[in-house]
Amino acid sequence: MQRYSIFSLARNAFTGHKNWQEQWRSPEPQPAYDIVIIGAGGHGLGTAYYLAARHGIRNVAVLEKGWLGGGNTGRNTTIIRSNYLYDESARLYDHSVKLWEGLSQELNYNVMFSQRGVMMLAHNVHDVQVLKRHIYAHRLNGVDNEWLTPQQAKTFCPPLSIDKKARYPVMGAALQRRGGTARHDAVAWGYARGADARGVDIIQNCAVTGIRTERGRVVGVETTKGFIRAKKVGVVTAGHTSHVMAMAGLRMPLESVPLQALVSEPVKPVFPCVVMSNTVHAYISQSDKGELVIGAGTDQYVSYSQRGGMQILEHTLEAILELFPIFSRMSMLRQWGGIVDVTPDRSPIIGKTPIDGLYVNCGWGTGGFKATPGSAHTFAHTLANGEPHPINAPFTLDRFETGRLIDEAAAAAVAH
Amino acid sequence: MLLIPCPYCGERAEIEFRSGGEAHIARPAAPESRSDAAWRDYLFIRTSPKGVHFERWNHAHGCQRWFNVARDTVTDEILAVYRMGDTPPETVR
Repeated sequence: MQRYSIFSLARNAFTGHKNWQEQWRSPEPQPAYDIVIIGAGGHGLGTAYYLAARHGIRNVAVLEKGWLGGGNTGRNTTIIRSNYLYDESARLYDHSVKLWEGLSQELNYNVMFSQRGVMMLAHNVHDVQVLKRHIYAHRLNGVDNEWLTPQQAKTFCPPLSIDKKARYPVMGAALQRRGGTARHDAVAWGYARGADARGVDIIQNCAVTGIRTERGRVVGVETTKGFIRAKKVGVVTAGHTSHVMAMAGLRMPLESVPLQALVSEPVKPVFPCVVMSNTVHAYISQSDKGELVIGAGTDQYVSYSQRGGMQILEHTLEAILELFPIFSRMSMLRQWGGIVDVTPDRSPIIGKTPIDGLYVNCGWGTGGFKATPGSAHTFAHTLANGEPHPINAPFTLDRFETGRLIDEAAAAAVAH
Repeated sequence: MLLIPCPYCGERAEIEFRSGGEAHIARPAAPESRSDAAWRDYLFIRTSPKGVHFERWNHAHGCQRWFNVARDTVTDEILAVYRMGDTPPETVR
């Protein structure tokens, strides 16, 4: 792997940037692998990277029906935070934030992780009580979070309107300073490059059409490039998980729905942090390119249409303008939808399935990007050892049978 | 936004409706004797198909009545509308 540094940049500048290597190969699939991962998004590529880098398992393929990082990894609003209420979630998401903090150095790839702070607004007495409860719970779990008065919130984020006459006035805010954003594409590319350099085959334009099992054990996958034998298979296909798992005859506790986001025209730096509001349901940040990045809600019905309803956008933009009247004349450039797989308790599933050798990492719903490194790291551990890492051990598929749910639906400090 | 043909009121905009999720999931009879797995299937397991989906809708801001819809989840095209208790029409099964 060609290492990136100021020196390699200078050296290549002298040769007109004509000698940069490709970041990863485009190999044809081998007939058999130790582990096949379905889905080359951030979580899947990260899993392959950690399998090779931490567990020495390099005979691995990542199969992708489109191009790598072309699904939700390249469509999300890139918000990173770990202020989840329950102990299990706090451990998982904070494990991720800690990995984010060293990720650019580890991958020798600038993922542009920017800890600019994630601020969640309170608009009524209930919000104030809930957010303060969250702050105390987070501190007990070693997750940073602090309470701001409306004036302090305004100082931290100057475009914010704290007008008392607003329909939903700002009564305070919770601020996680370690939260922030990252460059979503770079995460997929960085993991892909790191995995490829360690011998992982990333096979794009290769759709999985079937999962073959023999006597309750997975033996490989049928693909558009033929049958590929595998000792273990990891399904990391986000919104298509129900569809892929049905190939193995498994029905999942998931519903796939469209989630929308949009960006404005690029402007000069005006917005220094990430702001979220659950009561009016809006979240917004500014990318390093200058676009305002705005996240909307999900549609209410199962769909794979990757569009989303206009009324959802209207609702979100109403909320944004209520909080930031300064943006009333900004033009929106692009809008898109991604398909997210939502679990009944809004917590992910990372672990084994009833079929030997078949593993699944899914159910990240509307908030999987922030967890990319932690999810990939613990899932790689699970695949390598056949047993979960202590951090992902509670996030089993069978919790929907035992009843031991991790019910972040009401607790995640995010609107659903 | 979907244009949903309520069987009682005719075509109305989606904002008048509330989605009730997957249809034809019957509550287990004799609940006290059912296994945890049966309860899991009833409470949590959903088909989430990429294709025809049978689902319930409620005309919340209209007649307030429930009905079933068959919809293609890839195109969002509504293929059939039928009343509660009815089985899906032959044409979309």
